[in-house]
Amino acid sequence: MSYDKRLDGRKSFEDLRPIEAKTGVVKRADGSAMFRIGRTMAYATVYGPRDLYPKFLQNPSTGILRCNYNMMPYSGRGERVKPGGNRRAKEISMVMEKALLPVVDLSQFPNSVVDVFVELPQTDAGSRCAGICAASIALADAGIPMKDLVSAVSVGRVDDKIVADLDYQEEAYENGPVADIPVAVIPNSGKISLLQMDGEISKEDLRKCLELAKKVCLQIYEVQKQTLKEKYTGFESGADENEKFSEPEVPEQSGSEEMKGDYNAQ
Amino acid sequence: MLNKEIKNHVADLLKKEVRLDGRKPLEYRQPITVKYRIADTSEGSAEVQIGETIVQAGVKLSIGTPYPDTPDEGCLMVGAELLPMSNPEFESGPPGILAIELGRVVDRGIRESKAIDTKKLCITPGEKVWMVSIDICPINDAGNLFDASALAALAALKDTKLPKINEDGSVSYMELTDEMLPIKKHPIGITVIKIANKFIVDPTTEEETAIDSRLTVTLDDDGTIVSLQKGGEEALTVDEIMEMVDIATEKSEELRKAL
Repeated sequence: MSYDKRLDGRKSFEDLRPIEAKTGVVKRADGSAMFRIGRTMAYATVYGPRDLYPKFLQNPSTGILRCNYNMMPYSGRGERVKPGGNRRAKEISMVMEKALLPVVDLSQFPNSVVDVFVELPQTDAGSRCAGICAASIALADAGIPMKDLVSAVSVGRVDDKIVADLDYQEEAYENGPVADIPVAVIPNSGKISLLQMDGEISKEDLRKCLELAKKVCLQIYEVQKQTLKEKYTGFESGADENEKFSEPEVPEQSGSEEMKGDYNAQ
Repeated sequence: MLNKEIKNHVADLLKKEVRLDGRKPLEYRQPITVKYRIADTSEGSAEVQIGETIVQAGVKLSIGTPYPDTPDEGCLMVGAELLPMSNPEFESGPPGILAIELGRVVDRGIRESKAIDTKKLCITPGEKVWMVSIDICPINDAGNLFDASALAALAALKDTKLPKINEDGSVSYMELTDEMLPIKKHPIGITVIKIANKFIVDPTTEEETAIDSRLTVTLDDDGTIVSLQKGGEEALTVDEIMEMVDIATEKSEELRKAL
């Protein structure tokens, strides 16, 4: 047995699902973004830097970053997700924070906090990665000093194949072993700031997966940059304008209709 | 202090029949739009936009035991989560009193208008019925969550399809049937605000900090009042209440058109 064709019809094992990103979607926030990959959709909003209370949490040498990941009650594929957070959401909030920290510089904002709220109205695997992608756009939109964006995707293994951006069907594949590895990449340094795994994998395959993550995250990075440029086009210099037209194309956004069909058929 | 200043300013403007954003007192912000099926993990969902305010509502169904006094009727639950992403003043954690009031006001409008034909949600009398959960989540709170939430909840119900039931009696969530949730009535909630002896509708967040009283009136298709909720710190006269109800009745048609 071999996994020869992707269950959702993607042509290559390295293909990502269609990506869409928007910034400035929540007007009240200091920065905001929506990031959608396939049927997984994340909103991220940033508030701050603002005063941090209770006071004992304040750090006089730097501002702190605080992430909060939350699945909306109707965002799960099965029963209603009970509101109010759980152990999983707490852990994901923490690893998201750590994934974003290496690129943000809050040293100018002692005693302050930058809050990042990630909310998911609809999920189909890869939600923490989508959340990180949205959060890093939102942080940039809020004007937080950053060294780079962070791009994230889950990679892994489905049976004998190394794949990028597993959807729920692939994560739940039953005819062979699966490994699901959410990875966040800092594109300019190639360093990895989020790494988790469920499943089973060999050392060789792990290396292949991580190299694949670095490669496909660059596609996500381009979408993230493009999204920010679109919002701030008016502020660009002429040189940037030229560069904008040489950017690689954002993946096409059709397909959601046909995907819906597949989804119901399974 | 700040509230007082906003209030004085709002009051001064209202004397000239103008509001902070240039609207007339009884004018809703535009656009008023409803987008259906915004979350395909839900059985029904919708997103309502009124001006810059954006609210989502999603419906999840489950099978449960009916209440003993209504053994052949499905059940309804409405909850609102004031997501901290939507307003800098909202905090994570258990629902505060604002969220509870919002959820309950929307709940009453739907329940008391008998919007859902709950008898048709009975699977086995006394044993199994469909339980309908509506969750309201503001995305951007730019004021008037009450009206936007009531509209979003109703739109989400209208969008709801019943899922398939497996042979073992469990719900097959990812397979929706073509059977729509039976909806009989369309309750619309309109909140009328009193500031400095003037009535306005569709307040912005700045105006909300300055209100004296508010009255949320929910009306069904033929204009019957199905629920009321008075808020704010000042008392109202009967005449004021009746005028507010008249305003709500007139305005409800405007929101109804967006469905």
